[in-house]
Amino acid sequence: MILAQVADSTAGNAGVGEAIVFWILGPVALAAAVAMIFARNAVHSALFLVLTMLSLAVLYMMQQAPFLGFVQIIVYTGAVMMLFLFVLMLVGRDSADSVVEVLRGQRVWAAILGLGFALLLVAGVGRTMFAVPSAGLGARAGNGNLTGIGQLVFTEYVWPFELTAALLMTSALGALVLAFAQRKPRERNGQRAAVIARLRGDRISPLPGPGVYATANSVAVPALLPDGSIAPESLSEILEGHEVDETPRPPADGHSLQGRRKELEPPSELASSAIDTAPGRSRPTSASEEER
Amino acid sequence: MNLLAQQDGMTHTQQLLADDPIWLVLLKVVVLFAVGVVLTLFMINWERKVVGRMQQRPGPNRTGPGGWLQSLADGLKLAFKEDIMPVLADKKVYFLAPVISTIPAFVAFSVIPFGGEVSIFGERTVLQLVDLPVGVLVVLACSSIGVYGIVLGGWASGNPYSLLGALRSAAQVISYEIALGLSVVGVILYAGSLSTADIVEAQSGGWYFYLLLPSFVIFVISMVGETNRAPFDLPEAESELVGGFHTEYTSLKFALFFLAEYVNMVTVSAMATTLFLGGGRIPFLGPVNGWIEFVVFIAKTLLFLFLFIWLRGTLPRFRYDQFMKLGWKVLVPVALIWTMIVFAIRVFRTTTGAESTAALVIAIVLGFAAVLTIAFMLPDRTEDAADVELASSYPVPPLDLAPPGRSRKRIARATPDPEPALTGKED
Repeated sequence: MILAQVADSTAGNAGVGEAIVFWILGPVALAAAVAMIFARNAVHSALFLVLTMLSLAVLYMMQQAPFLGFVQIIVYTGAVMMLFLFVLMLVGRDSADSVVEVLRGQRVWAAILGLGFALLLVAGVGRTMFAVPSAGLGARAGNGNLTGIGQLVFTEYVWPFELTAALLMTSALGALVLAFAQRKPRERNGQRAAVIARLRGDRISPLPGPGVYATANSVAVPALLPDGSIAPESLSEILEGHEVDETPRPPADGHSLQGRRKELEPPSELASSAIDTAPGRSRPTSASEEER
Repeated sequence: MNLLAQQDGMTHTQQLLADDPIWLVLLKVVVLFAVGVVLTLFMINWERKVVGRMQQRPGPNRTGPGGWLQSLADGLKLAFKEDIMPVLADKKVYFLAPVISTIPAFVAFSVIPFGGEVSIFGERTVLQLVDLPVGVLVVLACSSIGVYGIVLGGWASGNPYSLLGALRSAAQVISYEIALGLSVVGVILYAGSLSTADIVEAQSGGWYFYLLLPSFVIFVISMVGETNRAPFDLPEAESELVGGFHTEYTSLKFALFFLAEYVNMVTVSAMATTLFLGGGRIPFLGPVNGWIEFVVFIAKTLLFLFLFIWLRGTLPRFRYDQFMKLGWKVLVPVALIWTMIVFAIRVFRTTTGAESTAALVIAIVLGFAAVLTIAFMLPDRTEDAADVELASSYPVPPLDLAPPGRSRKRIARATPDPEPALTGKED
């Protein structure tokens, strides 16, 4: 199987199996990379990037670097891209959102830096492809790929390794500090404090549930108070509150927790809320309040 | 092949597997798939029966002998149900998600060393599909791909409940995978290899579940978290999120999610058996017939699967913040410290030789004593009691209500008997 193919390619020149895998996965990786740029949906973009990473991982495995391949899957595909996807889904942005330039001169700088990075990459990779003679795996990895990497990382390259670790550590700590700096210390004090806060507040009982009547069984229908008026608290923040008889509106963006899509909001708000994505913003204006 | 074996430093298992003809590989693939599906069907039934017994009821007992065909009937029915595509769904991703979650679950099966050397139709081989030098990582990689299925399924459904379930699942699996990976480090250090067959081989001197007890405990806890099972089944918490990530899924797509969940359980149980219970080996016996080892391996795996059922029947679901706290503030630090200790012991043993066991024990005891002393000298954290004031007039018991110091019996004795109830006598 895989081992047999790996064994084939030890003989020096690339084996047939390796060539087949390369000619299948190479185009797949490239096509996915291009599709990532042109995909309209941000989540689809992320998925195409995942496909590229997976293809690269399998190529690594075919190049007798199984450790690198699986670490690529675990770390990049499994953790980094997953976190990225996490944020994308929480924010729920469409490609239409990015038309507005948030930072001034962003595009120009992006183009300049991108070109510079491409030049750097081409120069670096080109040099390794032509100028540096390849020593072959046998010369350095000695007793198998895994042991070879381990020995090199913890002996010859231990200093760069530690430096990278320190860099990652600093950035992780920085992210933590930034995320928690806005919160007051001891703000969330656990169950007891929550109970006390609740008892001190206006409402001790839970919020009323949505109304379910013979005419509508939607969770978006508001509950009625004893005097027949609408209980505004019964409307969920993430659902649209609307009467069922109403003319059908375009549906809420179900892929995000942000409530309605921006283009459905009144135009006056659109201009001001290009950046603003605070979750509290989308408290539904709800039919109940319009009715009054 | 002999020449290559010398060149690569292949183990005996790897040589045997590299010699497999293509028909044998295909046979193994089919059998692995069948094992996964059959164990899933069995597991669902077993779970319902065991949980039923734990709740004083018989569980399914109508379909087939003893009710054991119930899950097969359910599965067949599920396949013929209407396949609903929600209006708000992202069609392609919605279709892809169950597939993404199922395939890695089966791929992870390929590195499990089910048994020793056997002869199938005259061909010497090992009851294992591949033995990669990084076998343990394959399982971790497969589980990290499997999360994509859950996350994408939740997102593509276009339903806030599904999305919340998916996000919970992503956070949960990433957090617990760290603890899981760290707990495996100890085993790898002791076995000196990442290959599953080598790890089983290395346990012939003693199983790791008692040699590396902290690793074992952490592994078992985080494998439950990793597979989204009770008491850690927050992604599909039905009391909060309807059905979690698979709320909108029906028919075969739902069946695939179900299949993936159970196959994942089997995979992590088999991994626990491989890493900590010596694979298919029988204690005090050397390698026996490969088929016997297969049976023993399955028996040990069923032990872990029973643990999953037992936990589900016993424990209530965790609250989300408690669950994350357990993962990040207990399991990960403990796993890190334990890994450090294992490093220290290994380095000590390899640098000073085997005759210094007494010195090692003394060093461990001294270190433990030092840690204890420091722990005792640290001042206890004092919690300032919040002063209670009630702003609303809602009738609630006082928050500073102290529990009675006396036992109930003595209270009952001290207080005079209440007025006797009216009886017919007094009329």
